[in-house]
Amino acid sequence: MSQTIAKPANEAINQPTSVTTAKSFNLKEYLPSLTRMKSQLPGLAKSAGITLASMALFLLVWQLSSSYLYNVEAESRIERVMAEQGAEEAEKMKACITSGDVSCKPNTLPSPTEVLNASKLLLADHYVISADKKAFAEKTAAVNAQRIAAGQDAITYTGRPSFVDQIWTSLYTVAVGMLIAFFIAVPIGVIIGLNENLRTAFNWFIQVFKPVSPVVWLLLVFMIVKTMTMGSDSDTSFLISAISVGLCSMWATLVNTSVGVSSVNQDYINVAKVLKLGIGQKIFKVILPSAIPLIFTGLRITVSVAWMVLIAVELLAQSPGLGSFVWEEFQNGANDSNAKIIAAMFVIGFIGFLLDRVMYYIQQSVSFEKALA
Amino acid sequence: MSTPVIEFRNVSKWYGEGDNKTEVLSSINLKILEGEFLAIVGFTGSGKTTLVNMMTGLDSPSEGEVLYRGKPITGPAPERGIIFQNYSLLPWFTVYQNVALAVNQVHPDWPKDKRDAHIRNFIEMVNLTPAINKRPKELSGGMKQRTSIARVLATDPDLLLMDEPLSALDALTRGNLQEEILKIWSANKRTAVLITNDVDEGIFMADRIIPLEPGEKSGLGPEYQVNIARPRDKKAMNTDPNFKSVRTEILNYLVQLGEAAKMDRDDSLKLPDLQPIMPGTQSFAWLRRAS
Repeated sequence: MSQTIAKPANEAINQPTSVTTAKSFNLKEYLPSLTRMKSQLPGLAKSAGITLASMALFLLVWQLSSSYLYNVEAESRIERVMAEQGAEEAEKMKACITSGDVSCKPNTLPSPTEVLNASKLLLADHYVISADKKAFAEKTAAVNAQRIAAGQDAITYTGRPSFVDQIWTSLYTVAVGMLIAFFIAVPIGVIIGLNENLRTAFNWFIQVFKPVSPVVWLLLVFMIVKTMTMGSDSDTSFLISAISVGLCSMWATLVNTSVGVSSVNQDYINVAKVLKLGIGQKIFKVILPSAIPLIFTGLRITVSVAWMVLIAVELLAQSPGLGSFVWEEFQNGANDSNAKIIAAMFVIGFIGFLLDRVMYYIQQSVSFEKALA
Repeated sequence: MSTPVIEFRNVSKWYGEGDNKTEVLSSINLKILEGEFLAIVGFTGSGKTTLVNMMTGLDSPSEGEVLYRGKPITGPAPERGIIFQNYSLLPWFTVYQNVALAVNQVHPDWPKDKRDAHIRNFIEMVNLTPAINKRPKELSGGMKQRTSIARVLATDPDLLLMDEPLSALDALTRGNLQEEILKIWSANKRTAVLITNDVDEGIFMADRIIPLEPGEKSGLGPEYQVNIARPRDKKAMNTDPNFKSVRTEILNYLVQLGEAAKMDRDDSLKLPDLQPIMPGTQSFAWLRRAS
């Protein structure tokens, strides 16, 4: 057995020093390479193993706790029926619960399988809706062409958005919010980073408004946007949520940019001074490149915060997206609503993780510090 | 007599005020003449960098004035080029871009290909053509300092200042670069000031050596002329009687200064006038009374 393992391992490492003779198998010849492989076992495999194990543990704990909660809920339901309607009805209820009928299903934390089923349902629902949309587009194509030719608005699909559509809407909102944050925070950060007096002037502002909750920002933005867009038929709820996301998440970038710009290495500043670089050259060739690692760290935090805030803001602003999906499911109270909420939770978390990774790679590629890696 | 390139008139420099006042340099008078190679030798912490920063204009004197060709220095300018001790290369630029930044700034009116040729010429001069597109992180210390030298020389400064340019390098690289700097310098004989902590380096490179006194309130010591013919050969110099005598004189002077500074300094620690607290002594009497 050990021979069959040892040989491919040895070949995989492609060790030139060990002699592979087909005639006689000497176990000792292979052992060192095996031990070496053990020591060379990539950290990646190890950490992947640990991750998988902890995921399994997580699922187990989840399963156990959901079945515990299910039992608690079921028992209390039976007891309530017993007290209110008598033993006969209670027996019926018990049978109903064991049969797994939808009408008497205890409403509590869904189990992993339920969540998996719910996500499958969501996906199937998405296919149905996309097919529907496609059919609608085909049906209205001719009419729409006429309407556009006549200078009228095209007829658009107004059906319910699918879960996947909601994800795209959320991503779009967060992208717009990020752009708003970027275009506010980076220029202001650079300006206040360059001037100590401005930094002092802005300091209280940043300190006071940074910790304000997303909900309050939303209300503030609502007050302003409502008045600004009066009379126009633009998508106010989208604007409100994108601007609130931008305002909530820009602080990390603002602070990091100003710190990065104000703490440029004195050596680099001296070079700029001795060469008598103009202010534009000084900013674009010396200060900004030096501040880029910090600016991007800020942007990375901004993206995470933006995504987190977005869900809360959508939930409140009634703007379409994952947040409103979760809220609608909660209000809906269907038998699989809880499972769908948990499924949405995983999707939200995973997308947040992906966004962070994307920012990380952008950060790596633009920052001189890691240009070599 | 022509106006000196740099003149220090009774210059003192201190940091802080009141009780925190630390005087680094005290009444410095110095004239640097056209075309000479001056070395200022001193211990670390004797204010060498402050001295050279006042010549570049990165620092200004607290008292007295520093003149450049008869006019007070108000700020840094590329005509007084400096080679920094820690290279000060911009890490996000390649060797070419680092030199280009300086050339584009000093000769903005040149056509693009003339600037390009100029930049490549100076990079070739310091033997860095193979590494022209590398970033400072990929270079050795010696290569970094060569880039820094190319950057300064490419701006064709009127006065070349060197603030311990080689002190972060190993001995071999140091020797090579000393010779290279001398070779480049002797090509057009600009006024040059070398700040160093290495007496041999000073003697090998300079026409005149001035030691800087150590410690606070440093002043300049007596000057020593180095009358060794150029081009100088490092190996031959070791047996040159002139070299030996100058070296001995300067070393003796510095050693004496070091000793004197040590004697002046009060190294004894002043202990606080306190009795140690031990269990059972008077200090704990109140505790016993309380219980």
